[in-house]
Amino acid sequence: MHIIVPIKQVPQTSDVQMDRQTGTMIRSSSASILNPLDLYAISAALELKDRYQARVSVITMGPANAVKVLKEAIAMGCDDAVHLTDRAFGGSDTWATSYILSLAVKKLGIPDLILAGERATDGDTAQVGPALASWLDLPAVTYVSKIETVDGDTLIAERLIEEGYQRVKTSLPALLTVVKEISSVRLPTLSGKKRAMASSIAVWDAQAIQADSRYIGLKGSPTKVVKIDVPKVSRNCILTKVEDDVSLKKGVDQLMAFLEEKDLLPKGGAHHG
Amino acid sequence: MAEVWTLSECSFHGLKDVSYELLARGRALADELGVLLGTVVLGHRIQGEDLQSLIEHGCDVVYVADDQSLANFTCESYANVLVPLIQEKGPQVMIAAATTTGRTLMPYVAVKVHAGLTADCTELAIEKETKNLLQTRPAIGGNIMATIKSPDHRPQMSTIRPRSTKKPLPDAKRTGTVVRIASSPTWKNEQVQVLGLRSLEGQSASIEEADIVVSGGKGLKKRDNFSLIEDLAKAFDGEVGASRDAVDRGWAAYPHQVGLSGKTISPRLYVAVGISGAIQHLAGIKTAKCIVAINHDEHANILNLADFALVGDLFAILPEIQKRLQERSRV
Ligand SMILES: Cc1cc2nc3c(=O)[nH]c(=O)nc-3n(C[C@H](O)[C@H](O)[C@H](O)COP(=O)(O)OP(=O)(O)OC[C@H]3O[C@@H](n4cnc5c(N)ncnc54)[C@H](O)[C@@H]3O)c2cc1C
Ligand SMILES: Cc1cc2nc3c(=O)[nH]c(=O)nc-3n(C[C@H](O)[C@H](O)[C@H](O)COP(=O)(O)OP(=O)(O)OC[C@H]3O[C@@H](n4cnc5c(N)ncnc54)[C@H](O)[C@@H]3O)c2cc1C
Repeated sequence: MHIIVPIKQVPQTSDVQMDRQTGTMIRSSSASILNPLDLYAISAALELKDRYQARVSVITMGPANAVKVLKEAIAMGCDDAVHLTDRAFGGSDTWATSYILSLAVKKLGIPDLILAGERATDGDTAQVGPALASWLDLPAVTYVSKIETVDGDTLIAERLIEEGYQRVKTSLPALLTVVKEISSVRLPTLSGKKRAMASSIAVWDAQAIQADSRYIGLKGSPTKVVKIDVPKVSRNCILTKVEDDVSLKKGVDQLMAFLEEKDLLPKGGAHHG
Repeated sequence: MAEVWTLSECSFHGLKDVSYELLARGRALADELGVLLGTVVLGHRIQGEDLQSLIEHGCDVVYVADDQSLANFTCESYANVLVPLIQEKGPQVMIAAATTTGRTLMPYVAVKVHAGLTADCTELAIEKETKNLLQTRPAIGGNIMATIKSPDHRPQMSTIRPRSTKKPLPDAKRTGTVVRIASSPTWKNEQVQVLGLRSLEGQSASIEEADIVVSGGKGLKKRDNFSLIEDLAKAFDGEVGASRDAVDRGWAAYPHQVGLSGKTISPRLYVAVGISGAIQHLAGIKTAKCIVAINHDEHANILNLADFALVGDLFAILPEIQKRLQERSRV
């Protein structure tokens, strides 16, 4: 069994701070990490590797230093990695990104399974997984919380949807996007780290995957970001301290009045019995 | 003139509320552009009254595909209907809900029809000069709002966060047309089969669709105390949420988790109890309309985002609020 896990390098959210004066984002230089939600996809792939002796490949599209997240994945136990990097890829939206990733998957050979993260914490669209499935004409099974069995070319999984846990059967090859519940995160091992140091990572540019220049980068992206705003922190917090019975009564009175004014209290009439 | 479209979603109980919220959005755009508002409904055994209801809530043309192969959402079968329909009718705008269905189907379809798709929008507007759709969405954990256009591709596609608009009022006098799409053998998808559904224990836990969410964190101290949160949620007629720490301790199930590795929600009221307000938690509630915090630490980060804070012991405060809400409901 062959599994491909597309992973993304993102700025560390806890390091993202806004400059109140200029309204721009301040990123500290060391702040790039592996998308936290991709850790669950990698860990799920490694669990399948243990169960079914799979080979796990990771791919990322990103600037030169994105190689770091590939090494991290190898240190966790992944087998090989491909780094897609080219100036021409810069500014790709989800349409163009998924196109580029699909060419890389085709060059690697369509695997039995693609496991993507639910979403990346920066662009935060959750679109790249299903879009990649579309380019490859693979079934897209999203929000997977559990992989029950893989038997020949069928996989049974549970998806977390609004109504509950939905059980589905899909033929393979397929693309799954996974949620946190699917696995506990594996830590890099010492031997893994050594292997990561020694491993040579394939580096592919636009030419290597024969990308159509009309479909990549800023130019090839149907969506254009035209404006970025920092939402005003306009919340004026009404703060009430509760220290004793008197201030408790007063504080809760105030809260009820506040909620009443905003029409946020449940309507009377005891419909809860 | 090219229409504005929405994607209506069905559940077992008929149309989901968010289908009507989308009509409110779509109606405003269609009026501004002077075009018809269409909606696409996919499913099986769709009720005629639901179709009528869509018209009463602002829709002009309802496109219905009703077939056994569409009884459950699977990305491939739904795309098999939607892709040719878009290609044939050529809507200029297509909006869907940012639900598990919308967020799966729309990117899949956008690739096939070569259109731009903006995720999880909170605002939509028409640009005066160009008539392009301006789509505004939070990104980077809600720290920024980005405005996005797809000037050269049609339809301009977006997903809209549930609860970010009000459902419009119905008008029984409105008229419209229902267009039934003839079933086709190409709809059937052999690859993915839905085997069943396990409902979530306790409350429905669809916190993305709830008006009011009451969340508990590590400040609750132990599992037994978490019932305080459940009771308060019930008294508010809302749903239960939880911080990651509460979920990791098993006090609430994962579908209740709010934040970066849980759910992003926009309720009208969010009540955070014993939650410090770590940046990963705040990422999930940046677009909540109103936030109430209950925390004994007046420097807790959650207070920076709250509209109202009670600073004190939650174990004293919660029973008092519970008591007041119960008194009210008895009136
Ligand atoms: C402020 C802002 C707003 C944006 N809004 C939109 C928008 O609405 N629509 C749009 O089309 N684009 C948008 N983009 C562009 C988008 O962020 C990029 O295309 C990005 O490369 C992929 O999208 P994402 O971060 O949303 O990933 P997601 O789709 O959230 O990622 C899901 C999964 O896909 C995989 N994946 C994603 N990116 C890569 C990668 N580079 N390499 C390998 N695997 C990957 C990972 O498994 C990841 O977990 C926006 C960008 C910014 C900065
Ligand atoms: C990659 C990543 C993803 C993450 N994703 C999420 C996510 O999706 N959701 C999430 O919530 N977190 C997430 N986290 C974790 C996050 O960083 C915090 O650790 C977590 O939110 C803290 O939970 P908490 O607020 O319940 O606990 P704490 O931070 O311990 O806060 C407890 C609060 O309770 C208050 N308190 C204690 N006793 C009382 C009392 N008697 N009365 C009143 N107040 C009291 C304290 O003052 C404190 O503010 C993520 C972290 C990482 C690194």
